[in-house]
Parts: sequence; C-alpha cells; structure tokens
Amino acid sequence: MPTNILMPALSPTMTEGNLAKWLKSEGDKVEAGDVIAEIETDKATMEVEAVDEGVIGKIVVPEGTQGVAVNDVIAVLIGDDEEVDSEQLTVDSVPASADKPVTEEPFTVHRSPSAQPAGAVIENRDILYAQGAVLEPPPFDEEAFNEMQDMTVREALRDAMAEEMRADETVYLMGEEVAEYQGAYKVSQGLLDEFGAKRVIDTPITEHGFAGMAVGSAMNGLKPIVEFMTWNFGMQAIDHIINSAGKTLYMAGGQLGCPIVFRGPNGAASRVAAQHSQCYASWYAHVPGLKVVSPWSGADAKGLMKAAIRDPNPVLILENELLYGETHSVPTSDEFVIPLGRAKIERSGSDVTIVAFSIMVGKALQAAEKLAEQGIDAEVINLRTIRPLDRYTILESVKKTNRIVTCEEGWPFAGIGAEIAALIGEHAFDYLDAPLARVAAADVPLPYAANLEALALPQVDEIVHAARKVCYK
Amino acid sequence: MAGSKSKKKQPKLKTVSNSQPGPSVEELQRFYRDMLLIRRFEEKAGQLYGMGLIGGFCHLYIGQEAVVTGISSVQEKQDTVVTSYRDHAHMLACGMDPKGIMAELTGRIGGYSRGKGGSMHMFSKEENFFGGHGIVGASTAIGAGLGFSHKYKEDGGVAVAYMGDGASNQGQVAECYNMAALWDLPILFVIENNQYGMGTSVKRSSAGQLYKRGEGYGIPGEQVDGMDVFAVQNAARQALDYIRSGNGPYILEVMTYRYRGHSMSDPAKYRTKEEVASMKEDRDPIAQIKDMLQEAGLDEAEIKAIDKEIKDIVNEAAVFAQESPEPDESELWTDVLVEV
Repeated sequence: MPTNILMPALSPTMTEGNLAKWLKSEGDKVEAGDVIAEIETDKATMEVEAVDEGVIGKIVVPEGTQGVAVNDVIAVLIGDDEEVDSEQLTVDSVPASADKPVTEEPFTVHRSPSAQPAGAVIENRDILYAQGAVLEPPPFDEEAFNEMQDMTVREALRDAMAEEMRADETVYLMGEEVAEYQGAYKVSQGLLDEFGAKRVIDTPITEHGFAGMAVGSAMNGLKPIVEFMTWNFGMQAIDHIINSAGKTLYMAGGQLGCPIVFRGPNGAASRVAAQHSQCYASWYAHVPGLKVVSPWSGADAKGLMKAAIRDPNPVLILENELLYGETHSVPTSDEFVIPLGRAKIERSGSDVTIVAFSIMVGKALQAAEKLAEQGIDAEVINLRTIRPLDRYTILESVKKTNRIVTCEEGWPFAGIGAEIAALIGEHAFDYLDAPLARVAAADVPLPYAANLEALALPQVDEIVHAARKVCYK
Repeated sequence: MAGSKSKKKQPKLKTVSNSQPGPSVEELQRFYRDMLLIRRFEEKAGQLYGMGLIGGFCHLYIGQEAVVTGISSVQEKQDTVVTSYRDHAHMLACGMDPKGIMAELTGRIGGYSRGKGGSMHMFSKEENFFGGHGIVGASTAIGAGLGFSHKYKEDGGVAVAYMGDGASNQGQVAECYNMAALWDLPILFVIENNQYGMGTSVKRSSAGQLYKRGEGYGIPGEQVDGMDVFAVQNAARQALDYIRSGNGPYILEVMTYRYRGHSMSDPAKYRTKEEVASMKEDRDPIAQIKDMLQEAGLDEAEIKAIDKEIKDIVNEAAVFAQESPEPDESELWTDVLVEV
C-alpha cells in the first residue's frame, strides 16, 4: 500500500522550508533511517530520514522548491514488491487526502486545538485569576492550646522536629553541622543523641548536592528536613528547590511529589554584610508548587515547623538568627500544628493595619505601642505563612481600618509588600482612605558599617512614621 | 548513615569490551525485541514530531539502545532508575507502557503526566522510574537520594542514575560522588558517553577520563563498549553485584553514539557524515544482535515476526497518542500542590 512522505517539521518553530536536494530517486529502495532529502529550515539545512522501508514510488515536490509547507506530501513510498508506474502514481493514489496527514495507519489525525493562532478566544478567562481568589483561611482554635511553657525559639524549633521524628520514622534531618556540632546555631541540639547518625546527618559543605539528594529521597518515600546553615547558602541549591522539589508533582501529573522541608535562618543577622544578609521570602513565594512560612514567636516556630513536616508538599521555613534566643510562651501539646495559610492577628486595632512577618512582627508590635501613645490604634498581622498568603485576614483588616502599612526586611522591588499592594489594589481599593505604605530594606546590598547597616534595615521608627503618614498625621 | 570510614578501597579500573560467549537464543531474541522497540518507538516519535504532533524538545535515543537495555536486563525489581532528558528508552526499559509515553509526547491526557510533563518530564512510581529531568546533572543528585532512600529503608534496592558525558562536568556530580562514597550509598552512576554534549565533543569539554573521575573518592570506574549489549550487561552485572554487596557506588562509562541530532532541530554540523555512517554500518547494536540471531539459526520469517510485533506495538502507541484527547482545561490548576 503506498504511503505519503510528508514535509516534516524539523524544529519547534518551523512552518515551511525549502526542499534543497533529493538524495534518492524514483525507484530507489530505502530503509528506515536512510537519508532521503535535504531541507533548508529557517535555521539550518537538515537531513530527512525515511521512517519506513520501501521504494520511492514518486517524487511529488522536486528539488529546489521553495516554501514547502509542513505536512505537504513531498513523495510517495511504495512497498518493495509493488509494481507501480510512477507516471500513474499521484498523491491521490494514497488513500487519504493531503490535508489530513497520515502514516500508514488509517486513522484521523487529531490536530491540536492549542495550535490556534495567538489571540484566539478562550472562554472563561476569569479562571486565570482563580489564584487571586480570596478564601477564608483554614480554621484553627489557637486558644484551645492553653498549657504553655516558656522556651526559646531555638528550643521550640528543636522540640517540633523531635516530636515529629518520634512520630514518623521516615523523617530525618540533614545539613552542615547539624549532628555532632549540634547545629551551627544550636537548633538541632540533642537530636543526634536521641535519633542517632542514621537520622541526623552531617553533610559535607555541598548544598547543591545534598539538597538534590534529599529531594530524591523524598520522591522515594522519605521525609527529609534539610537545614541550610543560612538561606544565603541555600542559593547554591535553588535549582533543586524550584525545579526538582517544586515542580515534580505537576510534571508527574500528580503521581509523585516531594514531601520535604528546607529550613534555616533568613535575612540579616548582625554585621555579616551583603553576602550573608538577604531575605528570600519574595524569591521563593514567587514559585507555584512551594509553600513558604516565616515564624516570629516560639509558638509560630513550633506550630509551623510541625505543619511543614506533616505537609506532603515542599515547605520552606525562613527562620531568623536574631530571634533564636528570644523566649516566648509556647504550647506544650504535640498536636499544636498551625495550619499553613493562616495569619494571626497579634494585636487588634481600628486605625491602621500593619502587616509583617518574621523579625518585623516584633518591630511592628513595638511600633504599635508607640503609636498607641500617640493616639493611633494599630492592628498588627503576623503573616506566619507567606505562600499561600492569607489574603482574607489582610483584606478583612483593611476593610475595618481603611489604612495599611506593610513591613519586611527584604528589598522593596517585587517584594512581599508589593504583592500585598497588588492584593489591596485588586480587592480593597474602595476601602482605602490613604495610599498604602511599604516599609522595607534600603534597595542596596547590606553594608557592613554599623551606622549604614542600621540605616539600611527597616526600624521601628520607620513603621511609626509610615503608619502616621497613612493616617495623615 | 553518617560516619565516614577509614577503610581504603582499591579502585577497580579496567576496560571490559568483549562479550561473554554463549548467549541463549531466548536471550538474543529478548535483546533484539527490547532494542528494536526503542528504535522503532523513537523513529515513530521523530515522525510524529515531523507532523507537528509533538512539540518543543524531543531528544531521540537511536543508536544508544544497547546501554539501557543491557543495564536494565540485570536490575532487580526493587531498583530505582532516574535519568536526564533523553529518557524515552529508559521508560520503555523500565516496563512503562509505550502508549502512555507516546501520549505524553503528544501532550494528551492519556500520557504518564496527563500531558503536563512532556518528553523530558515523565515518572512512574509503579515501575520505579523517577524521571525524566530537564536540568543537566540533576539526575545524579536525585539518584544519590534514591540510593540514600534504599539504604535508609534497607530494602535491598540499588539506584541507577544515568547522565550524559556533558552532565559529568556539572559540579553536583562531583558533590554526589563524594557523598555516595562517604556513605556507601547503593548507586550505579552510568555515564552515557555518546561523544557529544549537544554540539561539543568530549575532547573539547572534558579533561581526563570520565570513568576515572571517581578515583579520588575511591569509587571504582569502568569503561565499557556501549554498542555491544552483552558487554554492557556483563559490566552492569558485576557493578550491581559489587553495589548490592554493600560496597557503595560504582561508575560505568558506557561508550555509545547517537545517530540523530541532539534534539530534533540539530543539523549536526559538528561531526562528519562519514563518522555517523561508519557507526551505523559497523557498530549498530541491533544489527549485531540480528546477525547473532541468524547465526543461531533463526530464519528470516521468525525475525520478521518480531519486527511485525514491535511495529504493531509502536503503531498502537501512535494511534493512542493521537486519539487520546488533550487534557481538560481544568487540568491547568490541578497537581500544583497535594491538597491537605
């Protein structure tokens, strides 16, 4: 049975090409893989190989022809034992019309509708904004956890890991200095003693490698906690965090994902300068497939860590070195698990909303005290989770106060404050009594000199200033 | 898991290039069938690409069939496999359904990733295939993690992590050699050396010998003729025995050749036509097995019957890949996160 040989597409963008040269003549026998012609594409001259064996029965498009469209019939292939007069053999001898390209099987080619030209009408484009939907955050009765104990943020993080490791054999901790040294910042103190070297693993200084390795182990049933000594070093591993951990579930059509926690101190510490002082909240919160949390208090630390370990998705915990030593009252229950995607109103107020996360929550609360002295009643929201953002709590607060200030230690450009500004602009524009104000780090690499460092990082008085400004005071 | 050891390994550095004598007719037939399936599948993929039914990048394995066929023939059920972007053959060798693979290539709901992964990103938990990764070098770190998980779970499995000659220059490969050796991870690193990383020959990109790159870490390495499926099988058998006995990782550098371009749009001007032709004519892994089958007394009709069987499987896959519908628009939003 004769088969059409079609003008092939030889690159992702090719729509037509020139048939430069035939390397076979009518009557020549060909085998699969034999080069039969040369075609000039928009990029290069390419060889065309036969995909089936047979004899070239007729050359339809002669060499030298310009602008041959992809999928046009360029020749007809016949079986070795067929005797066909090429004069009589035409495209129509092949049992299919030329506008429906076929192989030798008589099926209809299902052309991809996505091959429509750009600008085609897609119904219900509103779905594309679905991620901007404002949903109520998951419920959580925090008041129910009333047995408390004073402990540092550092201890709360450690206890959360220990509790989850006791409950689940597949959870393990890996990172630089996490075992014998007890953690570069002593967050993993005592874990090696309790869980042994199989589950608390000192790695070489090799972030890209061990992050990728942890991802591989998560794909095959383990639940790694990967500590980066600081998130600055995690940049070595950013490919595995985004491309390997964040995208696998989607790329696998939901077959397998990556239950993994990446954690470590984020943001500025004290006088460690540009390369060791950076906030990664907006970097990672940009990525669908990742969850990002950033605890402030001891309760945040414990409840978010436990939620992160139990979550079947990749979760990044952006801690803060300067907070590790702070003491807070922390629920003692093993079941104190803060739902991801739920913010906390740390201080209720009616005049202005101040949104913050991590170390900026403490500064925002201090600012609120100062503002109270000046007769301004500020509401302070601790985001806890950066992605998925608790849009509901922010918007409900703004509807009440009609004024908002965002605070972050990261740079302002494309930062978390910018995202919240977009949220307010899209969903609460009519509720605003003043333009939103952002408090962020100065848009420079962090300097070393003590005075410049203090100037570059957002301070309490700037929050006070911004809040007064949006209150027109 | 941690705890480096002071024992010194004696690296085994030898070159195996000769087949062992005496394969059975059944074995020859199995190899012929497995390799032919890969070749015909890839030819069909190239054809569908030419018809505009497959988009984007499509990297064909034609010429390299003996590598994955030889290695997978001595793997055990619990072993895991991960590779880079030239991955269709590895999936076929893992026992994944050609229909599901081809439908993923055409971006249809019947594909392994429901049309959302494409040529370079497919997985099968059932068949222990962990991708399909588009980032050069990533398969080694993920493979080390698979090896880590086998050791952690004590399930007796070995991770087989494939990389190309180009990937072997990535920093994370060295990082993973170090950790795999340090912790005696059960992992076979396979370097598929097809002589070119895209258009750059190994000579222009790589210092020294790739199989010797584990030497400093105490990882035995071996170079093997990748156009001879029995040579690959023998080397893999020894390597897997070594790893399964608890000795830690092993590196196999398999010398192979891709007949097609790096991807579909590669005019391959970096090598001569004579070079490609001589590999096809003198070294073709499938032709070698076909000759052996004929020598073993299989007649032309029996060989044709296998050819027909493979052709039917591939045609069935191609039909399925075109008849399976595109994913529903609602699929855009699913599988970003596991819902909790």
